[in-house]
Amino acid sequence: MRIGVPKEIYPGEKRVATVPDVVTKLVKLGFEVVVEQGAGALADLSDEAYVEAGATVAPNAAALWSGSDIVFKVRAPTADEVALMHEGQTLIGFLWPAQNPDLMQQLAAKKVTALSIDALPRTLSRAQKMDALTSMAGVSGYRAVVEAANAFGRFFNGQITAAGKVPPAKVFIAGAGVAGLAAIGAAASLGAIVRANDTRAEVADQVVSLGGEFVKVDYEEEGSGGGGYAKVMSEGFQAAQREMYAQQAREVDIIITTALIPGKPAPKLITAEMVQSMKPGSVIVDMAAEQGGNCELTEPGKAVVKHGVTIVGYTDLASRMARQSSTLYGTNLFRLTEELCKTKDGVINVNMQDDAIRGLTVIKDGEITWPAPPLPAAAPKPAAKPVAAAEKKSAHGHGSSGPMPVKTLAMVFGLGALAFWAIGAYAPAAFLGHFTVFVLACFIGYMVVWNVTPALHTPLMSVTNAISSIIVIGALVQILPPEAGTNGRPDQLIQWLAFAGIVLTAVNMFGGFAVTRRMLDMFRK
Amino acid sequence: MTSSLATVAYIGAAILFILSLGGLSNPETSRRGNLYGVVGMALAVLATIVGPRVAAAGVPWIVAALVIGGGIGLYAAKTVKMTQMPELVALMHSLVGLAACLVGFASYVDTSIQYTGVEKTIHEVEIYIGILIGAVTFSGSLIAFGKLNGKIGGKPLLLPARHWLNLAGLLVVVWFGREFINAHDVQSGMTPLIVMTVIALLFGVHMVMAIGGADMPVVVSMLNSYSGWAAAATGFMLGNDLLIVTGALVGSSGAILSYIMCNAMNRNFISVIAGGFGGGAPAAPKADGAAAEPQGEVVPVSATDTAELLRDAKSVIIVPGYGMAVAQAQHTVNEITRTLRDKGVTVRFGIHPVAGRMPGHMNVLLAEAKVPYDIVLEMDEINDDFPDTDVVMVIGANDIVNPAAQDDPTSPIAGMPVLEVWKARTSIVMKRSMASGYAGVDNPLFYKDNNRMLFGDAKKMLDEVLVALKG
Repeated sequence: MRIGVPKEIYPGEKRVATVPDVVTKLVKLGFEVVVEQGAGALADLSDEAYVEAGATVAPNAAALWSGSDIVFKVRAPTADEVALMHEGQTLIGFLWPAQNPDLMQQLAAKKVTALSIDALPRTLSRAQKMDALTSMAGVSGYRAVVEAANAFGRFFNGQITAAGKVPPAKVFIAGAGVAGLAAIGAAASLGAIVRANDTRAEVADQVVSLGGEFVKVDYEEEGSGGGGYAKVMSEGFQAAQREMYAQQAREVDIIITTALIPGKPAPKLITAEMVQSMKPGSVIVDMAAEQGGNCELTEPGKAVVKHGVTIVGYTDLASRMARQSSTLYGTNLFRLTEELCKTKDGVINVNMQDDAIRGLTVIKDGEITWPAPPLPAAAPKPAAKPVAAAEKKSAHGHGSSGPMPVKTLAMVFGLGALAFWAIGAYAPAAFLGHFTVFVLACFIGYMVVWNVTPALHTPLMSVTNAISSIIVIGALVQILPPEAGTNGRPDQLIQWLAFAGIVLTAVNMFGGFAVTRRMLDMFRK
Repeated sequence: MTSSLATVAYIGAAILFILSLGGLSNPETSRRGNLYGVVGMALAVLATIVGPRVAAAGVPWIVAALVIGGGIGLYAAKTVKMTQMPELVALMHSLVGLAACLVGFASYVDTSIQYTGVEKTIHEVEIYIGILIGAVTFSGSLIAFGKLNGKIGGKPLLLPARHWLNLAGLLVVVWFGREFINAHDVQSGMTPLIVMTVIALLFGVHMVMAIGGADMPVVVSMLNSYSGWAAAATGFMLGNDLLIVTGALVGSSGAILSYIMCNAMNRNFISVIAGGFGGGAPAAPKADGAAAEPQGEVVPVSATDTAELLRDAKSVIIVPGYGMAVAQAQHTVNEITRTLRDKGVTVRFGIHPVAGRMPGHMNVLLAEAKVPYDIVLEMDEINDDFPDTDVVMVIGANDIVNPAAQDDPTSPIAGMPVLEVWKARTSIVMKRSMASGYAGVDNPLFYKDNNRMLFGDAKKMLDEVLVALKG
């Protein structure tokens, strides 16, 4: 089948849906690839590079759209582009079905199949490699820091130079999703002091791992919504959060906001007063500008200066790093193509049984299949934890893992009592003495051995093995006891048997202790 | 030396043995523990030799025997490679078993002390049981030695109706036991005794043959236990408390080790002994067929990329398995560990209780390579740390890192505690091929998105990783 990659016509969009490196891989999968003339020009990818990678170049959009079976897009197609489509074609791109109901109708009317990369079920770990939202967010987060650094008049890292001391920039990042985390990493690696906040407490560790500091809101509420997004928080929490933001605004030099709630306008986190309270020359990068912005004064698509603070509201951060984002997006689409074409013969199969593909497919042969049914909740973990816990107990709690049920206990004691009664009733006194010693020794062994650290289990075995050569005493007392020669004792035979016994146990005794010593000498800190 | 003095010496020896085992609770005190054992043994042997039970003319014999045996033992201890420890330990168990048999026979033919009535019966039962346990230990340990050595294949040998065979053997042993006790003189008692010994030997062979390679840690510790019980039985036979105490100590030690090993595999003792699990023999066919097939793809990685991943990591956990022992890769592992630690990477080791072929096998190998023991951690200590770990290197291990044990209730290893390596950011599994582990279970870990496979011989691959790390 032929994959077509048109030039993006949305104003300011520089990205392209595939890059030469990916073209090579697609060709290997058995596909033909056609690229519209100049499709990659704004991402610094020449037509020649595409041709070299195995693609052909279509002179114009009309030729490309009519000649391809599958179309890779970045932005959702315009009405003009939809008009160029034909029945049975497959479209893959950011379609945002919820925001673009008209587009959905138009596509359905054309009887095409449409896969919206933004509709990917992100909780499937298998789907991560196709998650273009994540890869785009990562690029945007990085770019947000670059934009902030560009608009900010100072170093990010603290320096002590001959010309005086420069304090490090303080950066506050609101929202530690993929974009926020990328921004934290980028800002921290430039040397800034980075703080971040998120309503989901579980991301605190991730913030710290990237070199940031997690700022808590002084209010107890868990903010995890479904699918890795945050949810709307209660009034009390929001008040506490506002107070925290106000304080951060006074302290920091740069604020980067990434807070989004799916299907809703972005929450207004930074008020006009907070902007006023910031130091002159500070920068705010509002990554939520497209959804209305997290800052009240944001103007989407522009960088403006208000109250001495530069407020960057660009909505095309990913597109500003077109080459990088195109490469990542292209790879995401390639991974998706692999899933669609398991047979590697250049023919795709939109398998609606596959959870990931089912989620992506918003229109199948002209029929709207969006939204996909929710995935079954992640299977509850089987009882692995209790097993581990029980083992932990048994390893350090002298054997018994929890008290035995009374019935079993009664049975064990009953049997024990019976056995003891039998022994007591029939055995002679001499035997009982030995028996006492035996039983007590078993218990001592039990107690002592439980304290042995698992790291030393092998030395334990070799030392117990050496100790068990105590059986040599049995042989020693037989080799020539005072009674020898009486009662028709076969002295010669016994002597040789005992001699052999001593040799065998001596091997064990000397060898066992020596090898244990050799091993233990190795255990050094 | 009077008999009272000898007895007191025995008590001293018993205390020293207990201290010896107690010393092993910590690597710091373990060397002293071993010394206690040596002193205790020397005390016991000397007290016996100069005691009332050995006539002076016997001493040369004893010295000769000790010199011969001691020489062999010391030589073996000096030359054995650490990877061969399981074999050596198994072989030594067999010596104890054989010695118990010899002492038992010698005791039986000894007519110098005449027992009567119940005492005679008890004495004979003790001899019978002592020889029985000794013989099983002897032949079982020899087979275990062969299996560990690779002289005998690791696959379990499953005779048809093997449980019935064992049961029949047991019944025959009991019946001959009755014959033996009812025998009037040594000559007529000898036949049942020898028949029983032969059956016990066969039983030992059969029992260990039926157990697969991966269950060897249980077998080795079980045989360790048996050798203790054999000593205890000999103690009863000779009326010697020191033998009883020591035998009981060793016996319970081995029993506890077997218990720990069984727990670590989430299997009960009986099912291990009944055998037929390990050895990758009949890979349990999945009832629900393709549904449980692991999804995803295997991503191979090169040694250079592995080095790159390790270099970029902040924290690394290395999970060694039997493969590391086979490839003798522990020294290279230590070199890599040192290099990484010098670069400021946190490196730790996660040890599963049944990794290797003997309890504590991995610890010994790492200690041999001079890996500091305070970065070698047990499964329980390290399992919670995997989510904060950047890279996990799994070296020649499979079942002990299989997520199916937790996720897939139908898996043959379901419920077995495993090292949760898949929770780390990236895991790298070093393996020779995609073959499944001893349990014969496919490993979904290999198909996870964050897993990479480094195919090849562990030693060779690690050498390449080391070169790339240093370069």
